[in-house]
Amino acid sequence: MQVSKLADLYGREGLSPGHSACQGCGATIAVRQVLLAAEPPYIVVSPTGCLEVISTPYPFTAWRVPWVHVAFENAAAVASGIEAALKVLERKGVGRRHKVIVIAGDGGTFDIGLQALSGAFERGHNILYVCYDNEAYMNTGIQRSAATPPGSITTTTPAGKRERKKDIVSILVGHGSPYVATASPHLWKDLTNKVRKAQSIEGPTFLHIIAPCPRGWYFEPHLTIKLAKLAVETRIFPIYEVENGRYRINYLITRPRPVEDYLRVQNRFAYLLKPENAALLEEFKRWVEERWSQLLKMAGAFPA
Amino acid sequence: MYSLSSYRLMTGNEAAAFAVKQADVDFISAYPITPQTIIVERLSEYVSSGELDAEFVPVESEHSALSACIGASLAGARVFTSTSSQGLALMHEILYIASGMRCPIVMAVANRALSAPLNIHGDHSDIMGSRDAGWVLVFCENPQEVYDYTIQAFRLAEHPDILLPVAVNLDGFTVSHSSEPVSILEDGVVRSYLPRRERPRLDFEEPASFGVFALPTHYFEFKVEQEKALRRAGEVLEEVSAAYPNRAGRLVKLSKFNEDGRIAIICLGGTAGTVRHVLKHYDMKDFSLISLKLFSPFPAEGLLDALNEAEGVVVMDRATSPGAPLPPLASNVAASLYEAGARLPLMSVVYGLGGREPTLKMIVEMLEKARERMIRGGPGVSRMYLGYGGG
Repeated sequence: MQVSKLADLYGREGLSPGHSACQGCGATIAVRQVLLAAEPPYIVVSPTGCLEVISTPYPFTAWRVPWVHVAFENAAAVASGIEAALKVLERKGVGRRHKVIVIAGDGGTFDIGLQALSGAFERGHNILYVCYDNEAYMNTGIQRSAATPPGSITTTTPAGKRERKKDIVSILVGHGSPYVATASPHLWKDLTNKVRKAQSIEGPTFLHIIAPCPRGWYFEPHLTIKLAKLAVETRIFPIYEVENGRYRINYLITRPRPVEDYLRVQNRFAYLLKPENAALLEEFKRWVEERWSQLLKMAGAFPA
Repeated sequence: MYSLSSYRLMTGNEAAAFAVKQADVDFISAYPITPQTIIVERLSEYVSSGELDAEFVPVESEHSALSACIGASLAGARVFTSTSSQGLALMHEILYIASGMRCPIVMAVANRALSAPLNIHGDHSDIMGSRDAGWVLVFCENPQEVYDYTIQAFRLAEHPDILLPVAVNLDGFTVSHSSEPVSILEDGVVRSYLPRRERPRLDFEEPASFGVFALPTHYFEFKVEQEKALRRAGEVLEEVSAAYPNRAGRLVKLSKFNEDGRIAIICLGGTAGTVRHVLKHYDMKDFSLISLKLFSPFPAEGLLDALNEAEGVVVMDRATSPGAPLPPLASNVAASLYEAGARLPLMSVVYGLGGREPTLKMIVEMLEKARERMIRGGPGVSRMYLGYGGG
């Protein structure tokens, strides 16, 4: 069922208020949207990271749905085990199937969790893997990850990151996943519909969500949604989906806003905006343009 | 009444797989590594042919194997995995989590040396490196014990007072690849010995959070409670093994041979068979043999009872503990003796590293040395590398 109004959502809040996330945390906004759309019954798996730490300090839990954390690099493997086990338990009449949703940060997805993720997608488990991407290791205090964009300052890239961001979507498309998509919390209908769509498809599906982080990106907490919007409108974070290898851009940005509009409001890019670093800024723009034109090419290969 | 259905010629690995099939496990996840590979090959065949209704998830690493097992266990499944050596080392992080999350997973470990240098042959370095991970550790002397102890391991692991993972250890190659006739139970007998028991699981209708984090205010209590459960496993084991239909196959904490021997040889796994043979056929009446089946929780009380009349102990370790005063088994034996106030002369023997199998001649040499040191030398600790060729 397509989501067009709030009442179309299932309405069970998976994450209760009172958790200890920072003000303006993009990840928890994304999680809330994902779980309001997710079809019950489901089980959530999280690796170690901000989300786990802000939600489960014993003896408290913010989770109103079944939730499990095992370690940092193995969320996809844990999800594989749950999915396969429930299949056989249902067959034997001693359990019932649940949808399995992984909700992981970029560190647990792009870096340390990539092997388990690759294994689970190659084996074709019926899971939805959601990556909330705040573009660095925020839980340990803002260190670079493979998802950190070029030019960004982190505590391990004090002079700005020199490398581009890993293209996680292509990696998962390369695994033959039937559905891989990107989303942003400012486009809640698109995001929730993608959750529905992903869950309706048999096999491993992936949702890559931009999750602005006020603490790690150095911006004011009330700007979270605005930053997500700017990331999309500058073509820095394109919103698209890949269904059975067919690319479709969901938000075609015909007149992009200058990337500086996005960079300027976050101090993590202060270094990039210095006049003496103009060459780095140019490289950042090249990265954005190249990805966008590549995406256009891919989408153009599949006329609607 | 129970009946043994038959004898089957099986290797240790095949005996493990057969026991797992009869235990009606729901979920198996593993990664190939010598010398345990045959266990998962057999299990894949059982699943593929429909003889075992289970999901077999062939993961991309041992780290993921145990991670998937934890997920499956928390979903309510009866779970099995197996590994060796580097695979166990790669699992190391998750071993502690499996016990900390109280998952009753059963794992066969076909014990093998650790790199470097690379070596695929038998010793106990792998499991001894993980001995503080909070698992119940059982050692098997032969394929028959592998079969019997694997079945009992499920009942022990799933006991509501325990809920801990159990590692069933079989010596790489000497037990894992040696064939012998194994007396097996009928499927139905094993099924009724292993009824399904409810335990907390992941379910949407009764949502619970598993694997939360604990601050200094609570972590300590979690760990001590876990340790208490592991200690309880020693008591619960008696109940579990007493219910096992084949009396001869009951999982005891230790078995003793040549009760009257004045010097006790203590060892783990298949080496006990070699030592027993020497004691029997080389007229070594002054030695007794204690074959430990349970290493963790360490059966100190039972061991002390068994050592009641002993005038000295020889402890055989198939692993070293570099930098430590004594290797793992000798260290546990020495601590147990100390606690009882007994100052027996102790000879710590390290042997068999990387598959250098102890021959009859080596055992005789060890016994002669022990006799010489203990009877003539008096109390104290002495050390020996058995079969070591270096200077």
